Formats: sequence, structure tokens, C-alpha cells
Amino acid sequence: MSHFTQISVQSEDFDFAHEYQKLRDSNNSDGALVAFVGLVRDMNLQKSVSGLFLEHYPAMTEKVLYNIVQSAKAKWQLGSVSLIHRVGQLKVSDQIVFVGVTSQHRQSAYHANEFIMDYLKTQAPFWKKETTSDGDNWIEAKTSDLEKSKDWS
Amino acid sequence: MLKILFFGQLKEVVKTECLEIELIQSGKQVNTVAMLRSVLQAKGDIWNECLAYGKALVAVNQEMTSDDSVLNDADEIAFFPPVTGG
Repeated sequence: MSHFTQISVQSEDFDFAHEYQKLRDSNNSDGALVAFVGLVRDMNLQKSVSGLFLEHYPAMTEKVLYNIVQSAKAKWQLGSVSLIHRVGQLKVSDQIVFVGVTSQHRQSAYHANEFIMDYLKTQAPFWKKETTSDGDNWIEAKTSDLEKSKDWS
Repeated sequence: MLKILFFGQLKEVVKTECLEIELIQSGKQVNTVAMLRSVLQAKGDIWNECLAYGKALVAVNQEMTSDDSVLNDADEIAFFPPVTGG
């Protein structure tokens, strides 16, 4: 039983219960576990979405995710961190991303989890292309995401 | 040689995933990202438009960087739109 850091970029789905259990099993000293899951939603800008294709830059993705997790660890006292991001073709309501962190107390776990997602959204080389009723289109980056990640610096 | 990659919508618009160019172009060494950007922009109107400064982000050897970044032989440079993961 010991703390771990897991980073995975994969096309396969993940099992929330299994990932949660791994975090729980990693130690007995952390009193907080915060887990976030991002899902494919069926609407975007009033258009009906039937699926999502996630492209990434393989050589760079894991490096960036690792750096984001290291930055979170430098900011808060964290136990285990698990970060899974899917790529390839996804359907509506599919899971896209899992971020799980453990810490002695809840505040660090909440903050670190949000920090990881905020940085992932603006730094990690993923691009989403939606399949909608009007055809395929690439999703544009949101200024609000950029502003959000700046809040942490 | 410099290896250049394109991702996301940018890759589709310039219809290019990957290309290689010599470090020396028209007798001059392409020694910064800004210079590489202008060499690529000269390839045509579409290239000129989508590689314009501020439109495409750039990474050198898998690290996000800026236009004043220095290039060396065998570097891998990637241009891509703002990211949209998560």
C-alpha cells in the first residue's frame, strides 16, 4: 500500500469504481478523495451532437499531463493522483476524462482536482471534433477556460 | 532537417500532417520559430492565413513555446489550434 501517480491516455473506457478503489487502497492516511469525470454531452451551441472525435499529439500529451500533475503536487500536499484521458471516437454520454486525487484534508484535494482540469483544458494537446446534425466541426477553445487557468497563477 | 507537424483543424485546412524542410532556406538558416512561421506562410494564401501569429500555437520538441524560440537541426516543431480537451 503506497501512494501512486497514474497518467494514462487511452482509447478504452475506464471503470470509475475500479479507479476509485485503487485510490482508496493506496493508503490509510488520506482523509479526502475527490474524483471528477468529464462526459460527452449531447448539445453544444444549440446543435444536436451525436459523437465526438478526440485527436491528440501522442509524443507531447503524456509529458504535459505529467507536468500538470507535478505542478499540482508542488502546490498542495497530495497523496495519490490518477489522471486518465481518452482519445479517438466517443459517443454521447461516454466518459472522456477522469481526475482523482487523495489528500489528508479535503481542501487540497478539491483545489488540486480543479487545478489539474483547468490546466489540462488550456495546456494539454487534445482537440475535439463534434459530429452534429449540421456535419462535423472542430470545437473552438473558450476564452473562459483560458481565464480560469490564469486564476491559479 | 526540421520536422514539422500539424494537428486539429489546422492539419485539415493545410491538408498536411507532417513535412520536413532543410534548416537552410534560400541561403539563410531558419533559426527561430518566427522565421519558420514565415517560411511556411509563404507556401500559399491558406498557409499564410492559418499560421498567422496568434492563430496557431507552437511546440518545439513537445514543449509549448513562443515565436522567439531558437531552432536547431532535427527539432520537431508542431503547429496547432488552441487546445480543447477535457
